[in-house]
Amino acid sequence: MSKSTFYTSIGYKILMALSGLFLMVFLLQHLVINSLSVVSPESFNEASHFMGTNPLVQFLLQPVLIFGVVFHFIMGFFLDLRNRKSRTFNYAYNKPSANSSWPSRNMIISGITVLAFLAIHFIDFWIPEISTKYIAGDMSGLMNDGEFRYYHELHEKFNALPRVIAYVIAFVFLSLHLLHGFQSSFQSVGVSTNKTRSSFYKIGTIFAIVVPFGFITIALFHFLTQH
Amino acid sequence: MNLTLKIWRQKSNTDKGSLETYPISDVSEDMSFLEMLDVLNEELIEKAIDPVAFDHDCREGICGMCSLYINGEAHGPDRRVTTCQLHMRKFKDGDTIFIEPFRANAFPIIKDLVVDRSAFDRIQQSGGFVSVNTSGNTQDANSIPIPKDDADIAFDAATCIGCGACVASCKNSSAMLFVSAKVSQFSLLPQGQVEAKERVINMVNKMDEEGFGNCTNTGACEVECPKGISLDNISRMNREFISANIKK
Ligand code: HEM
Ligand code: SF4
Ligand code: FES
Repeated sequence: MSKSTFYTSIGYKILMALSGLFLMVFLLQHLVINSLSVVSPESFNEASHFMGTNPLVQFLLQPVLIFGVVFHFIMGFFLDLRNRKSRTFNYAYNKPSANSSWPSRNMIISGITVLAFLAIHFIDFWIPEISTKYIAGDMSGLMNDGEFRYYHELHEKFNALPRVIAYVIAFVFLSLHLLHGFQSSFQSVGVSTNKTRSSFYKIGTIFAIVVPFGFITIALFHFLTQH
Repeated sequence: MNLTLKIWRQKSNTDKGSLETYPISDVSEDMSFLEMLDVLNEELIEKAIDPVAFDHDCREGICGMCSLYINGEAHGPDRRVTTCQLHMRKFKDGDTIFIEPFRANAFPIIKDLVVDRSAFDRIQQSGGFVSVNTSGNTQDANSIPIPKDDADIAFDAATCIGCGACVASCKNSSAMLFVSAKVSQFSLLPQGQVEAKERVINMVNKMDEEGFGNCTNTGACEVECPKGISLDNISRMNREFISANIKK
Protein backbone atom coordinates (compact mmCIF):
# COMPACT_ATOMS: atom_id res chain seq x y z
CA MET A 1 0.00 0.00 0.00
CA SER A 2 1.24 3.43 -0.80
CA LYS A 3 1.64 6.13 1.76
CA SER A 4 -1.23 8.15 0.40
CA THR A 5 -3.77 5.32 0.62
CA PHE A 6 -4.91 6.23 4.11
CA TYR A 7 -4.92 9.95 3.41
CA THR A 8 -8.11 9.69 1.38
CA SER A 9 -11.75 9.80 2.44
CA ILE A 10 -12.02 6.03 2.01
CA GLY A 11 -8.73 5.48 3.84
CA TYR A 12 -10.04 7.44 6.84
CA LYS A 13 -13.28 5.56 6.68
CA ILE A 14 -11.50 2.22 6.78
CA LEU A 15 -9.28 3.24 9.70
CA MET A 16 -12.34 4.47 11.57
CA ALA A 17 -14.08 1.16 10.95
CA LEU A 18 -11.07 -0.93 11.97
CA SER A 19 -10.62 0.97 15.22
CA GLY A 20 -14.38 0.66 15.87
CA LEU A 21 -14.29 -3.09 15.22
CA PHE A 22 -11.33 -3.43 17.55
CA LEU A 23 -13.13 -1.52 20.29
CA MET A 24 -16.18 -3.75 19.90
CA VAL A 25 -14.04 -6.86 20.44
CA PHE A 26 -12.54 -5.24 23.53
CA LEU A 27 -16.02 -4.36 24.78
CA LEU A 28 -17.15 -7.96 24.47
CA GLN A 29 -14.12 -9.18 26.38
CA HIS A 30 -14.74 -6.59 29.09
CA LEU A 31 -18.37 -7.64 29.40
CA VAL A 32 -17.47 -11.30 29.79
CA ILE A 33 -15.09 -10.53 32.66
CA ASN A 34 -17.54 -8.15 34.32
CA SER A 35 -20.29 -10.78 34.09
CA LEU A 36 -18.15 -13.06 36.23
CA SER A 37 -18.63 -10.60 39.09
CA VAL A 38 -22.32 -11.50 39.11
CA VAL A 39 -22.01 -15.27 38.84
CA SER A 40 -18.79 -15.91 40.74
CA PRO A 41 -16.74 -13.32 42.67
CA GLU A 42 -13.86 -15.81 42.85
CA SER A 43 -13.57 -16.22 39.09
CA PHE A 44 -13.94 -12.47 38.69
CA ASN A 45 -11.04 -11.95 41.07
CA GLU A 46 -8.90 -14.49 39.25
CA ALA A 47 -9.67 -13.07 35.81
CA SER A 48 -9.03 -9.52 37.02
CA HIS A 49 -5.78 -10.51 38.63
CA PHE A 50 -4.68 -12.21 35.45
CA MET A 51 -5.59 -9.23 33.26
CA GLY A 52 -4.04 -6.82 35.74
CA THR A 53 -0.71 -8.56 36.13
CA ASN A 54 -0.07 -10.50 32.93
CA PRO A 55 2.77 -8.68 31.15
CA LEU A 56 1.34 -9.43 27.72
CA VAL A 57 -1.97 -7.84 28.66
CA GLN A 58 -0.38 -4.98 30.58
CA PHE A 59 2.40 -4.01 28.23
CA LEU A 60 1.05 -5.03 24.85
CA LEU A 61 -2.75 -5.18 24.83
CA GLN A 62 -3.28 -2.25 27.17
CA PRO A 63 -1.17 0.23 25.16
CA VAL A 64 -2.80 -1.02 21.95
CA LEU A 65 -6.23 -0.46 23.50
CA ILE A 66 -5.35 3.03 24.68
CA PHE A 67 -4.00 3.85 21.27
CA GLY A 68 -7.16 2.43 19.67
CA VAL A 69 -9.47 4.53 21.84
CA VAL A 70 -7.47 7.73 21.39
CA PHE A 71 -7.12 7.16 17.66
CA HIS A 72 -10.85 6.47 17.29
CA PHE A 73 -12.06 9.58 19.04
CA ILE A 74 -9.48 11.94 17.56
CA MET A 75 -10.34 10.60 14.12
CA GLY A 76 -14.04 10.92 14.98
CA PHE A 77 -13.63 14.61 15.82
CA PHE A 78 -11.48 15.20 12.77
CA LEU A 79 -13.95 13.58 10.37
CA ASP A 80 -16.94 15.28 11.95
CA LEU A 81 -15.27 18.66 11.55
CA ARG A 82 -14.32 17.92 7.97
CA ASN A 83 -17.86 16.86 7.17
CA ARG A 84 -19.34 19.97 8.73
CA LYS A 85 -17.04 22.07 6.57
CA SER A 86 -18.39 20.48 3.41
CA ARG A 87 -21.71 22.33 3.86
CA THR A 88 -21.19 25.65 5.57
CA PHE A 89 -24.59 27.06 4.56
CA ASN A 90 -27.37 24.79 5.69
CA TYR A 91 -30.94 24.27 4.55
CA ALA A 92 -33.66 26.46 6.02
CA TYR A 93 -35.93 23.41 6.03
CA ASN A 94 -34.35 19.98 6.25
CA LYS A 95 -36.04 16.67 6.98
CA PRO A 96 -33.26 14.13 7.64
CA SER A 97 -35.62 11.83 9.54
CA ALA A 98 -37.20 11.00 6.17
CA ASN A 99 -34.09 9.19 5.01
CA SER A 100 -31.82 8.23 7.89
CA SER A 101 -31.84 7.17 11.53
CA TRP A 102 -30.99 9.41 14.49
CA PRO A 103 -28.07 7.24 15.66
CA SER A 104 -26.52 7.27 12.19
CA ARG A 105 -26.55 11.07 12.04
CA ASN A 106 -25.36 11.67 15.57
CA MET A 107 -22.34 9.43 16.02
CA ILE A 108 -20.41 12.41 17.33
CA ILE A 109 -22.99 13.05 20.06
CA SER A 110 -23.14 9.42 21.19
CA GLY A 111 -19.35 9.30 20.85
CA ILE A 112 -18.79 12.37 23.03
CA THR A 113 -21.08 10.95 25.71
CA VAL A 114 -19.10 7.72 25.71
CA LEU A 115 -15.88 9.74 25.81
CA ALA A 116 -17.08 11.68 28.87
CA PHE A 117 -17.83 8.36 30.51
CA LEU A 118 -14.41 7.01 29.56
CA ALA A 119 -12.82 9.99 31.31
CA ILE A 120 -14.75 9.20 34.50
CA HIS A 121 -13.98 5.54 34.12
CA PHE A 122 -10.28 6.31 33.80
CA ILE A 123 -10.26 8.37 36.98
CA ASP A 124 -12.43 5.81 38.77
CA PHE A 125 -10.71 2.55 37.92
CA TRP A 126 -7.66 2.93 35.79
CA ILE A 127 -5.69 5.60 37.69
CA PRO A 128 -6.16 3.88 41.11
CA GLU A 129 -5.11 0.58 39.49
CA ILE A 130 -1.98 2.07 37.97
CA SER A 131 -1.01 3.89 41.15
CA THR A 132 -1.50 0.79 43.30
CA LYS A 133 0.45 -1.41 40.94
CA TYR A 134 3.15 0.74 39.47
CA ILE A 135 3.57 3.63 41.88
CA ALA A 136 2.95 1.93 45.22
CA GLY A 137 4.43 -1.22 43.65
CA ASP A 138 1.77 -3.55 45.05
CA MET A 139 1.29 -6.25 42.44
CA SER A 140 -0.25 -8.74 44.85
CA GLY A 141 -3.84 -7.76 44.16
CA LEU A 142 -4.59 -8.50 47.79
CA MET A 143 -6.26 -6.51 50.54
CA ASN A 144 -5.01 -6.37 54.12
CA ASP A 145 -7.13 -9.39 55.03
CA GLY A 146 -5.41 -11.47 52.37
CA GLU A 147 -8.44 -11.56 50.04
CA PHE A 148 -8.31 -10.36 46.41
CA ARG A 149 -9.35 -6.70 46.22
CA TYR A 150 -10.94 -6.61 42.75
CA TYR A 151 -14.45 -7.80 43.49
CA HIS A 152 -14.57 -5.75 46.64
CA GLU A 153 -13.52 -2.58 44.79
CA LEU A 154 -16.01 -3.09 42.00
CA HIS A 155 -18.87 -3.80 44.37
CA GLU A 156 -18.02 -0.71 46.48
CA LYS A 157 -17.92 1.58 43.45
CA PHE A 158 -21.49 0.75 42.55
CA ASN A 159 -22.70 1.81 45.95
CA ALA A 160 -22.92 5.41 44.76
CA LEU A 161 -26.14 6.27 42.94
CA PRO A 162 -24.66 9.13 40.83
CA ARG A 163 -22.07 6.76 39.45
CA VAL A 164 -24.72 4.19 38.58
CA ILE A 165 -26.81 6.85 36.85
CA ALA A 166 -23.81 8.12 34.84
CA TYR A 167 -23.06 4.52 33.95
CA VAL A 168 -26.59 3.87 32.69
CA ILE A 169 -26.70 7.06 30.60
CA ALA A 170 -23.31 6.35 29.03
CA PHE A 171 -24.26 2.83 28.06
CA VAL A 172 -27.56 3.91 26.55
CA PHE A 173 -25.54 6.23 24.30
CA LEU A 174 -23.04 3.47 23.58
CA SER A 175 -25.99 1.37 22.51
CA LEU A 176 -27.06 4.12 20.09
CA HIS A 177 -23.46 4.41 18.86
CA LEU A 178 -23.30 0.71 18.09
CA LEU A 179 -26.80 0.51 16.66
CA HIS A 180 -25.35 2.36 13.69
CA GLY A 181 -21.63 1.65 14.16
CA PHE A 182 -21.71 -2.14 14.04
CA GLN A 183 -23.22 -2.55 10.58
CA SER A 184 -21.58 0.65 9.36
CA SER A 185 -18.09 -0.70 9.98
CA PHE A 186 -18.76 -3.72 7.77
CA GLN A 187 -19.96 -1.39 5.02
CA SER A 188 -16.84 0.76 5.44
CA VAL A 189 -14.42 -2.11 4.99
CA GLY A 190 -16.37 -3.33 1.98
CA VAL A 191 -17.58 -6.62 3.45
CA SER A 192 -21.26 -5.73 3.39
CA THR A 193 -23.26 -6.61 0.27
CA ASN A 194 -26.94 -6.40 -0.59
CA LYS A 195 -27.25 -10.03 0.46
CA THR A 196 -25.46 -9.68 3.81
CA ARG A 197 -26.33 -6.11 4.83
CA SER A 198 -29.56 -7.05 6.57
CA SER A 199 -27.74 -9.78 8.55
CA PHE A 200 -25.09 -7.31 9.71
CA TYR A 201 -27.91 -5.02 10.68
CA LYS A 202 -29.64 -7.71 12.73
CA ILE A 203 -26.48 -8.95 14.43
CA GLY A 204 -25.50 -5.34 15.06
CA THR A 205 -28.83 -4.58 16.67
CA ILE A 206 -28.49 -7.58 18.98
CA PHE A 207 -24.89 -6.63 19.82
CA ALA A 208 -25.84 -2.99 20.42
CA ILE A 209 -28.56 -4.03 22.85
CA VAL A 210 -27.04 -7.05 24.60
CA VAL A 211 -23.56 -5.64 25.28
CA PRO A 212 -24.40 -2.18 26.69
CA PHE A 213 -27.42 -3.48 28.61
CA GLY A 214 -25.24 -6.27 29.94
CA PHE A 215 -22.98 -3.63 31.52
CA ILE A 216 -26.04 -1.80 32.85
CA THR A 217 -27.44 -4.99 34.37
CA ILE A 218 -24.15 -5.68 36.14
CA ALA A 219 -24.03 -2.14 37.54
CA LEU A 220 -27.62 -2.40 38.73
CA PHE A 221 -26.94 -5.80 40.26
CA HIS A 222 -24.14 -4.42 42.41
CA PHE A 223 -26.14 -1.35 43.32
CA LEU A 224 -29.27 -3.25 44.27
CA THR A 225 -27.51 -5.97 46.24
CA GLN A 226 -26.17 -3.39 48.68
CA HIS A 227 -29.25 -1.19 49.10
CA MET B 1 -55.29 24.25 -4.78
CA ASN B 2 -53.71 27.32 -3.24
CA LEU B 3 -50.17 27.16 -1.96
CA THR B 4 -47.54 29.30 -0.30
CA LEU B 5 -44.09 28.90 -1.80
CA LYS B 6 -40.96 29.79 0.13
CA ILE B 7 -38.27 30.01 -2.51
CA TRP B 8 -34.56 30.69 -2.14
CA ARG B 9 -33.65 33.74 -4.20
CA GLN B 10 -30.06 34.68 -4.83
CA LYS B 11 -28.99 36.97 -7.66
CA SER B 12 -25.52 35.54 -8.06
CA ASN B 13 -22.91 33.44 -6.35
CA THR B 14 -21.68 36.40 -4.38
CA ASP B 15 -25.13 37.69 -3.41
CA LYS B 16 -26.30 36.90 0.12
CA GLY B 17 -29.67 35.49 -0.89
CA SER B 18 -32.86 34.98 1.13
CA LEU B 19 -36.05 32.95 1.28
CA GLU B 20 -38.90 34.80 -0.43
CA THR B 21 -42.59 34.04 -0.06
CA TYR B 22 -44.83 33.70 -3.13
CA PRO B 23 -48.49 32.75 -2.92
CA ILE B 24 -49.81 30.78 -5.88
CA SER B 25 -53.44 29.89 -6.57
CA ASP B 26 -55.42 27.49 -8.75
CA VAL B 27 -52.66 24.89 -8.95
CA SER B 28 -53.94 21.71 -10.58
CA GLU B 29 -52.97 18.45 -8.92
CA ASP B 30 -52.16 17.05 -12.35
CA MET B 31 -49.40 19.59 -12.89
CA SER B 32 -45.83 18.52 -12.48
CA PHE B 33 -43.82 20.43 -9.90
CA LEU B 34 -41.85 22.21 -12.60
CA GLU B 35 -45.03 23.18 -14.47
CA MET B 36 -46.22 24.76 -11.26
CA LEU B 37 -42.96 26.76 -11.16
CA ASP B 38 -43.44 27.69 -14.84
CA VAL B 39 -46.83 29.14 -13.95
CA LEU B 40 -45.33 31.04 -11.05
CA ASN B 41 -42.62 32.43 -13.33
CA GLU B 42 -45.19 33.65 -15.85
CA GLU B 43 -46.98 35.46 -13.07
CA LEU B 44 -43.72 36.96 -11.84
CA ILE B 45 -42.80 38.15 -15.33
CA GLU B 46 -46.17 39.87 -15.64
CA LYS B 47 -45.48 41.67 -12.41
CA ALA B 48 -42.01 42.60 -13.71
CA ILE B 49 -40.30 40.47 -11.08
CA ASP B 50 -37.23 38.44 -12.03
CA PRO B 51 -38.42 34.85 -12.63
CA VAL B 52 -37.06 32.07 -10.45
CA ALA B 53 -34.08 30.35 -12.07
CA PHE B 54 -34.13 26.55 -11.82
CA ASP B 55 -32.44 23.74 -13.75
CA HIS B 56 -34.35 21.36 -16.03
CA ASP B 57 -34.06 19.76 -19.41
CA CYS B 58 -35.70 16.46 -20.37
CA ARG B 59 -38.55 16.68 -17.86
CA GLU B 60 -38.89 12.91 -17.97
CA GLY B 61 -36.40 11.79 -15.36
CA ILE B 62 -33.51 10.83 -17.59
CA CYS B 63 -31.14 13.75 -17.97
CA GLY B 64 -30.30 14.53 -14.34
CA MET B 65 -30.60 18.28 -14.86
CA CYS B 66 -33.44 19.08 -12.49
CA SER B 67 -32.67 19.37 -8.80
CA LEU B 68 -34.39 21.28 -5.92
CA TYR B 69 -34.62 20.56 -2.22
CA ILE B 70 -38.35 20.49 -1.61
CA ASN B 71 -39.72 20.51 1.94
CA GLY B 72 -36.46 19.19 3.32
CA GLU B 73 -35.86 16.42 0.77
CA ALA B 74 -33.96 16.25 -2.51
CA HIS B 75 -36.44 15.88 -5.40
CA GLY B 76 -39.28 16.32 -2.90
CA PRO B 77 -41.31 13.91 -0.79
CA ASP B 78 -41.92 11.22 -3.41
CA ARG B 79 -39.60 8.21 -3.82
CA ARG B 80 -37.71 7.10 -6.91
CA VAL B 81 -38.65 10.19 -8.91
CA THR B 82 -36.84 13.31 -9.99
CA THR B 83 -38.31 16.75 -9.38
CA CYS B 84 -39.55 16.87 -12.97
CA GLN B 85 -41.52 13.68 -12.32
CA LEU B 86 -42.99 14.94 -9.05
CA HIS B 87 -46.65 15.85 -9.26
CA MET B 88 -48.63 18.42 -7.36
CA ARG B 89 -51.00 15.69 -6.14
CA LYS B 90 -48.31 14.95 -3.56
CA PHE B 91 -49.29 18.25 -1.89
CA LYS B 92 -52.57 19.53 -0.55
CA ASP B 93 -54.47 22.78 -0.54
CA GLY B 94 -53.03 25.33 1.87
CA ASP B 95 -49.57 23.73 2.05
CA THR B 96 -46.44 25.79 2.46
CA ILE B 97 -43.65 24.43 0.28
CA PHE B 98 -40.00 25.24 0.90
CA ILE B 99 -37.92 25.20 -2.27
CA GLU B 100 -34.17 25.46 -1.84
CA PRO B 101 -31.16 24.72 -4.01
CA PHE B 102 -29.08 21.56 -3.50
CA ARG B 103 -26.61 22.69 -0.86
CA ALA B 104 -22.99 21.59 -0.64
CA ASN B 105 -19.81 23.62 -0.80
CA ALA B 106 -18.79 21.50 -3.78
CA PHE B 107 -21.98 22.69 -5.58
CA PRO B 108 -21.73 26.49 -5.55
CA ILE B 109 -24.91 28.43 -6.28
CA ILE B 110 -25.05 30.13 -9.67
CA LYS B 111 -28.42 31.81 -9.33
CA ASP B 112 -31.54 31.16 -7.23
CA LEU B 113 -32.06 27.39 -7.39
CA VAL B 114 -29.38 26.69 -9.99
CA VAL B 115 -26.16 25.17 -8.68
CA ASP B 116 -22.91 24.31 -10.39
CA ARG B 117 -22.57 20.52 -10.43
CA SER B 118 -19.56 20.46 -12.72
CA ALA B 119 -17.55 18.83 -9.90
CA PHE B 120 -19.35 15.64 -11.01
CA ASP B 121 -18.13 16.14 -14.57
CA ARG B 122 -14.57 16.53 -13.36
CA ILE B 123 -14.85 13.33 -11.32
CA GLN B 124 -16.17 11.54 -14.43
CA GLN B 125 -13.31 12.90 -16.50
CA SER B 126 -10.80 11.59 -13.99
CA GLY B 127 -11.71 7.97 -14.69
CA GLY B 128 -15.39 7.35 -15.45
CA PHE B 129 -14.79 5.95 -18.91
CA VAL B 130 -13.40 3.00 -20.83
CA SER B 131 -10.51 3.76 -23.19
CA VAL B 132 -11.25 2.13 -26.54
CA ASN B 133 -9.19 2.64 -29.62
CA THR B 134 -11.15 3.85 -32.56
CA SER B 135 -9.02 2.13 -35.17
CA GLY B 136 -12.01 0.27 -36.48
CA ASN B 137 -10.81 -3.09 -35.12
CA THR B 138 -12.63 -2.74 -31.83
CA GLN B 139 -14.14 -6.02 -30.76
CA ASP B 140 -17.92 -6.12 -30.77
CA ALA B 141 -19.08 -5.78 -27.17
CA ASN B 142 -21.73 -8.43 -27.68
CA SER B 143 -19.12 -11.06 -28.45
CA ILE B 144 -17.75 -10.92 -24.89
CA PRO B 145 -19.72 -13.24 -22.60
CA ILE B 146 -20.84 -11.53 -19.37
CA PRO B 147 -22.72 -13.22 -16.50
CA LYS B 148 -26.31 -12.03 -16.42
CA ASP B 149 -26.08 -11.02 -12.74
CA ASP B 150 -23.05 -8.82 -13.37
CA ALA B 151 -24.66 -7.26 -16.41
CA ASP B 152 -27.79 -6.47 -14.39
CA ILE B 153 -25.89 -4.91 -11.48
CA ALA B 154 -23.72 -2.90 -13.87
CA PHE B 155 -26.84 -1.72 -15.67
CA ASP B 156 -28.51 -0.70 -12.42
CA ALA B 157 -25.41 1.30 -11.49
CA ALA B 158 -25.41 2.88 -14.93
CA THR B 159 -28.90 4.29 -14.38
CA CYS B 160 -27.37 7.02 -12.20
CA ILE B 161 -28.22 10.29 -13.91
CA GLY B 162 -25.68 12.37 -11.99
CA CYS B 163 -28.30 14.64 -10.47
CA GLY B 164 -26.50 15.17 -7.16
CA ALA B 165 -29.46 14.38 -4.89
CA CYS B 166 -27.19 12.02 -2.97
CA VAL B 167 -24.82 14.86 -2.15
CA ALA B 168 -27.67 17.23 -1.33
CA SER B 169 -29.29 14.74 1.08
CA CYS B 170 -26.13 13.58 2.78
CA LYS B 171 -25.38 15.33 6.05
CA ASN B 172 -21.71 15.22 5.02
CA SER B 173 -22.28 16.25 1.38
CA SER B 174 -20.58 13.03 0.41
CA ALA B 175 -20.51 12.04 -3.24
CA MET B 176 -19.87 8.36 -2.53
CA LEU B 177 -23.12 7.08 -4.04
CA PHE B 178 -22.54 8.86 -7.34
CA VAL B 179 -18.86 7.95 -7.57
CA SER B 180 -19.46 4.35 -6.55
CA ALA B 181 -22.19 3.98 -9.17
CA LYS B 182 -19.79 5.24 -11.83
CA VAL B 183 -17.02 2.94 -10.58
CA SER B 184 -19.29 -0.12 -10.41
CA GLN B 185 -20.86 0.40 -13.78
CA PHE B 186 -17.48 -0.24 -15.40
CA SER B 187 -15.66 -2.48 -12.97
CA LEU B 188 -18.28 -5.23 -13.20
CA LEU B 189 -17.76 -5.60 -16.93
CA PRO B 190 -14.71 -7.06 -18.69
CA GLN B 191 -14.27 -3.94 -20.80
CA GLY B 192 -13.98 -1.82 -17.69
CA GLN B 193 -11.81 -4.16 -15.66
CA VAL B 194 -8.66 -3.30 -17.60
CA GLU B 195 -8.55 0.17 -16.08
CA ALA B 196 -10.37 -0.66 -12.84
CA LYS B 197 -7.47 0.08 -10.49
CA GLU B 198 -6.51 3.48 -11.82
CA ARG B 199 -10.17 4.37 -12.19
CA VAL B 200 -11.14 3.87 -8.57
CA ILE B 201 -8.02 5.59 -7.25
CA ASN B 202 -8.27 8.56 -9.60
CA MET B 203 -11.99 9.06 -9.09
CA VAL B 204 -11.74 8.88 -5.30
CA ASN B 205 -8.84 11.32 -5.29
CA LYS B 206 -10.76 13.69 -7.51
CA MET B 207 -13.85 13.38 -5.33
CA ASP B 208 -11.80 14.36 -2.27
CA GLU B 209 -10.15 17.21 -4.11
CA GLU B 210 -13.54 18.68 -5.05
CA GLY B 211 -14.41 19.08 -1.37
CA PHE B 212 -17.14 16.50 -0.89
CA GLY B 213 -17.45 15.17 2.67
CA ASN B 214 -16.69 11.78 4.09
CA CYS B 215 -19.27 8.98 3.98
CA THR B 216 -20.62 7.87 7.37
CA ASN B 217 -23.05 5.29 5.99
CA THR B 218 -26.24 7.03 7.08
CA GLY B 219 -27.92 5.70 3.94
CA ALA B 220 -29.77 8.97 3.22
CA CYS B 221 -28.43 8.97 -0.35
CA GLU B 222 -29.95 5.61 -1.25
CA VAL B 223 -33.36 6.66 0.06
CA GLU B 224 -33.39 9.98 -1.79
CA CYS B 225 -31.78 8.79 -5.04
CA PRO B 226 -34.37 9.02 -7.82
CA LYS B 227 -32.82 5.97 -9.48
CA GLY B 228 -32.57 3.78 -6.41
CA ILE B 229 -28.79 3.42 -6.71
CA SER B 230 -27.86 0.88 -4.04
CA LEU B 231 -25.48 1.25 -1.08
CA ASP B 232 -23.98 -1.97 -2.38
CA ASN B 233 -22.05 0.17 -4.83
CA ILE B 234 -20.37 2.07 -1.99
CA SER B 235 -19.30 -1.13 -0.32
CA ARG B 236 -18.00 -2.42 -3.65
CA MET B 237 -16.04 0.77 -4.22
CA ASN B 238 -14.49 0.54 -0.73
CA ARG B 239 -13.51 -3.03 -1.51
CA GLU B 240 -12.05 -2.08 -4.87
CA PHE B 241 -10.23 0.87 -3.40
CA ILE B 242 -8.56 -1.38 -0.84
CA SER B 243 -7.54 -4.02 -3.37
CA ALA B 244 -6.40 -1.43 -5.92
CA ASN B 245 -4.10 0.04 -3.29
CA ILE B 246 -2.75 -3.33 -2.17
CA LYS B 247 -1.99 -4.47 -5.69
CA LYS B 248 -0.67 -1.11 -6.85
C1 HEM C 1 -15.93 1.64 23.34
C2 HEM C 1 -16.24 2.69 22.69
C3 HEM C 1 -16.55 2.79 21.22
C4 HEM C 1 -16.89 1.83 20.31
C5 HEM C 1 -17.02 0.33 20.53
C6 HEM C 1 -17.08 2.50 19.04
C7 HEM C 1 -17.42 1.88 17.86
C8 HEM C 1 -17.62 2.51 16.66
C9 HEM C 1 -17.92 1.86 15.42
C10 HEM C 1 -18.05 0.36 15.22
C11 HEM C 1 -18.05 2.83 14.47
C12 HEM C 1 -18.40 2.63 13.02
C13 HEM C 1 -17.23 2.83 12.10
C14 HEM C 1 -17.68 2.97 10.67
O1 HEM C 1 -18.67 3.63 10.38
O2 HEM C 1 -17.03 2.39 9.80
C15 HEM C 1 -17.85 4.09 15.12
C16 HEM C 1 -17.93 5.32 14.47
C17 HEM C 1 -17.74 6.53 15.09
N1 HEM C 1 -17.33 6.74 16.39
FE1 HEM C 1 -17.08 5.30 17.79
N2 HEM C 1 -16.87 3.84 19.20
C18 HEM C 1 -16.53 4.06 20.52
C19 HEM C 1 -16.21 5.26 21.10
C20 HEM C 1 -16.23 6.49 20.46
C21 HEM C 1 -15.84 7.73 21.07
C22 HEM C 1 -15.32 7.90 22.49
C23 HEM C 1 -16.01 8.70 20.15
C24 HEM C 1 -15.72 10.15 20.44
C25 HEM C 1 -15.90 11.15 19.69
C26 HEM C 1 -16.52 8.07 18.93
C27 HEM C 1 -16.85 8.72 17.75
C28 HEM C 1 -17.24 8.10 16.59
C29 HEM C 1 -17.64 8.80 15.39
C30 HEM C 1 -17.72 10.31 15.18
C31 HEM C 1 -17.96 7.81 14.44
C32 HEM C 1 -18.44 8.02 13.01
C33 HEM C 1 -17.26 8.06 12.11
C34 HEM C 1 -17.56 7.91 10.66
O3 HEM C 1 -18.42 7.11 10.27
O4 HEM C 1 -16.91 8.60 9.88
N3 HEM C 1 -16.63 6.72 19.15
N4 HEM C 1 -17.57 3.88 16.45
S1 SF4 D 1 -26.51 8.20 -7.30
FE1 SF4 D 1 -28.69 8.76 -7.50
S2 SF4 D 1 -28.87 10.69 -6.39
FE2 SF4 D 1 -26.69 10.39 -6.78
S3 SF4 D 1 -26.27 11.43 -8.70
FE3 SF4 D 1 -26.75 9.31 -9.25
S4 SF4 D 1 -28.96 9.32 -9.64
FE4 SF4 D 1 -28.53 11.23 -8.56
S1 FES E 1 -35.33 17.47 -16.14
FE1 FES E 1 -34.24 15.71 -16.84
S2 FES E 1 -34.28 14.46 -15.09
FE2 FES E 1 -35.55 16.08 -14.47
